[in-house]
Amino acid sequence: MYGDTSIQKPIEIAEPTSEEQARLAEIFQQKIDDGIKIEPQDWMPDAYRKTLVRQMSQHAHSEVIGMQPEGNWITRAPSLRRKVILLAKVQDEGGHGLYIYSGAETLGTSRAEMIEQLQTGRAKYSSIFNYPALTWADMGTIGWLVDGAAITNQVALSRCSYGPYSRAMIRICKEESFHQRQGYELLLTLSRGTQEQKDMLQESVNRFWWPSLMMFGPNDSDSPHSAQSMKWKIKRKSNDQLRQEFVDATVPQAEFLGITLPDPDLKWNEERGHYDYGEIDWQEFNNVVKGNGPCNKQRIANHIKAHEDGAWVREAAAAYAEKQQRKNVA
Amino acid sequence: MTKETKISENEWPLWEVFIRSKAGLDHKHCGSIHASDAEMALESARDVYTRRSEGISIWVVPSNAITASKPEDKESLFEPADDKIYRHPTFYDIPKGAGKM
Repeated sequence: MYGDTSIQKPIEIAEPTSEEQARLAEIFQQKIDDGIKIEPQDWMPDAYRKTLVRQMSQHAHSEVIGMQPEGNWITRAPSLRRKVILLAKVQDEGGHGLYIYSGAETLGTSRAEMIEQLQTGRAKYSSIFNYPALTWADMGTIGWLVDGAAITNQVALSRCSYGPYSRAMIRICKEESFHQRQGYELLLTLSRGTQEQKDMLQESVNRFWWPSLMMFGPNDSDSPHSAQSMKWKIKRKSNDQLRQEFVDATVPQAEFLGITLPDPDLKWNEERGHYDYGEIDWQEFNNVVKGNGPCNKQRIANHIKAHEDGAWVREAAAAYAEKQQRKNVA
Repeated sequence: MTKETKISENEWPLWEVFIRSKAGLDHKHCGSIHASDAEMALESARDVYTRRSEGISIWVVPSNAITASKPEDKESLFEPADDKIYRHPTFYDIPKGAGKM
């Protein structure tokens, strides 16, 4: 998912090398336990810093790569109203990426470094963006399901122990609500349209339902490294807890749309007070994470191309700034 | 806020962004932005941080121009104020008869 790194090898926690280090580590954990936020200049264990850089950069990359499937439809929006909405949403995703890069830079890793890691495949991003947006209905489904899943995750992250990450999440959550609502409204419009439009809606949801559930990451039983993130309060709820929240919120919305979700095992469990759902195809998930999804190569190639095509702008702006500075000095 | 950022050769400098959300309120720190100069920093800050009328005024400050106190100096800087309770109005007993004060 956006900020889930539990599929990756955990960052090892070094034993304290001195009494002073052990004392600092103890104070650090006490602050976390007491609900006091950690700020950039505060002492923090190396592994906490590294875990955050990994998670935040992965999250920022997801926002930025997430601009591609939707950006693909801007010129084909069916009305000016839908076009301005889509433009605003894609711009928001870029903005969200920047908020999180800005937060991650407070940990001492530069944005240029993080972007290099993305482009060379050393950093990951949410696997959901490796699926193509094939129809106009996908613009609605992405807003409703993908942003819906992202909100579930990000609301929890807004209580994260690292101040800059938590503040970025609060900002983002305020804006994500627009993303989900515009998507659902788009789908509602299709659901009241022609049979062809209804079919397009159902087909789109069929494709995005399972990948959206995968956004929350592996089952808790297969996510042994999450415990440390929970202890540090980087993660506030487990993958399965968040996934269940999302399913419970989404099923009634699907019923209201008059569509079905592609899971024969999906049913209300009176005893648990939750919806039961079927087994996720983790083989597909792992395959996409490994780079073999439908769009992995294209997404990164586009990112690199945009970055390289913009090089002359960056150079020109830097040269201009330097010239102005020289003028001011003279 | 002041941070040891490894700036690679071609990366634009970092600026801290402060926004006044409405007249009568302070400018408040909201994040940072990379820009080649002050003018671009203002324009980019507008695009990134005020897409929904979040502000009526923006300050941008080069990140390396900010001097920040260190967390480890917290005690020497701020603790001396803790035992000066006579600086607070609640330290003083004023009889009810004296009226609102």
